[in-house]
Amino acid sequence: MNNNTHEETRQVELVIGKILRIGVVTSAIVILIGMALYFMGGSGYASGEFPRRFMAIFAGVAAGKSYAVIMLGVFLLILTPVLRVVVSIYAFYKEHDNLYVIITTIVLVILIFAMFMGYRS
Amino acid sequence: MNSMLLLLVMGVGAGVLGAILGIGGGMIITPVLTIMMGLDIKYAIGASIISVIATSSGSTIAYLKDDMLNLRVAMFLEIATTVGAIMGALLVGVFSSNFLYVLFGFFLLYSTYNMIRKLMDKKGESVYTGHDPIVDKFKLSSTYYDKAEQKQIDYSMKNVPGGFIMMWAAGLASGLLGIGSGAFKVIAMDTIMKMPLKPSSATSNLMMGVTAAASATVYFFNGSIRPDIAAPLAIGVLVGATIGARLMQVLKPRIIRMIFIPIILYMGVQMALKGFGVNI
Repeated sequence: MNNNTHEETRQVELVIGKILRIGVVTSAIVILIGMALYFMGGSGYASGEFPRRFMAIFAGVAAGKSYAVIMLGVFLLILTPVLRVVVSIYAFYKEHDNLYVIITTIVLVILIFAMFMGYRS
Repeated sequence: MNSMLLLLVMGVGAGVLGAILGIGGGMIITPVLTIMMGLDIKYAIGASIISVIATSSGSTIAYLKDDMLNLRVAMFLEIATTVGAIMGALLVGVFSSNFLYVLFGFFLLYSTYNMIRKLMDKKGESVYTGHDPIVDKFKLSSTYYDKAEQKQIDYSMKNVPGGFIMMWAAGLASGLLGIGSGAFKVIAMDTIMKMPLKPSSATSNLMMGVTAAASATVYFFNGSIRPDIAAPLAIGVLVGATIGARLMQVLKPRIIRMIFIPIILYMGVQMALKGFGVNI
């Protein structure tokens, strides 16, 4: 196979790896902070209740409620695969692989469409 | 506190196994949550989705660093899977889910048979290196370093349209039935496209997170993802997947196949029976 192509891909993969790691570690830290808050002062909500919409989550985080912080961390975790796709587009662009810029952009558009469908439902 | 600890430990186990095999761990998590902890299936599915994403994101970091996965194959096939998943979500209720469970169940049983044949093959794990116009056009062939065999392995693949259709079906199944699609992804790459097992598993790991993210928002916003369950599970799975991704690289492909076979056999039997109205 073409070594040049592979070496370029290699660089790309390392960059994606770094950015992905930052995303995953950030979400894990937010979840861990939420868990620490929970053990210090409970969920911050009535039994069985937890926030699930952005406004409620952000309001809860501002008030230091543990469940809201956890939900924020979980949502960040859900975004990590999106981040992976976005960074891949940039990486393929850097190595002038237009075919894969297009392919990966199609994946991103489908993904965002699906996530938006989920928010609406 | 106790249940959180249990979820954490179970998450580590699911993460290790999921990262090695390229599957999401829903098949471990769902029965434990519903049967052992008596949780509603709705929350179990929400927990599975989080587990899939955590396995994918945790293991992909290691697989990218060690050049184990094939990013081009992942993105190329991801189109098929996500389109399938959306179609599945839109078509819920149109097809009989029983029929689909039977269909996918028997497909898994057939794949089990194929995998056993491959395991019994005297030549061992053969690597396909031939040329194929689609593979060349889409630059899909690649190379990886096998730590267990201590050599660089260049590989190509074939039957790309077959793999593409299989990926679409895997997405359709996950959208329609709410099941993970990792096992089908590995089968599409390993059995249909003749990719080596390790990059197949690593690539499936990368892909399943993207597929799961597409449906995760539904579960997040409808309240299926509970913070008290998701938090310890996510942390456990992330730790487990990090360990599993390192472990997989030093395992011989043959050993990985030996772990994979009973799991798809179990999944196949379970799905086929479910189609006939029997839950195990």
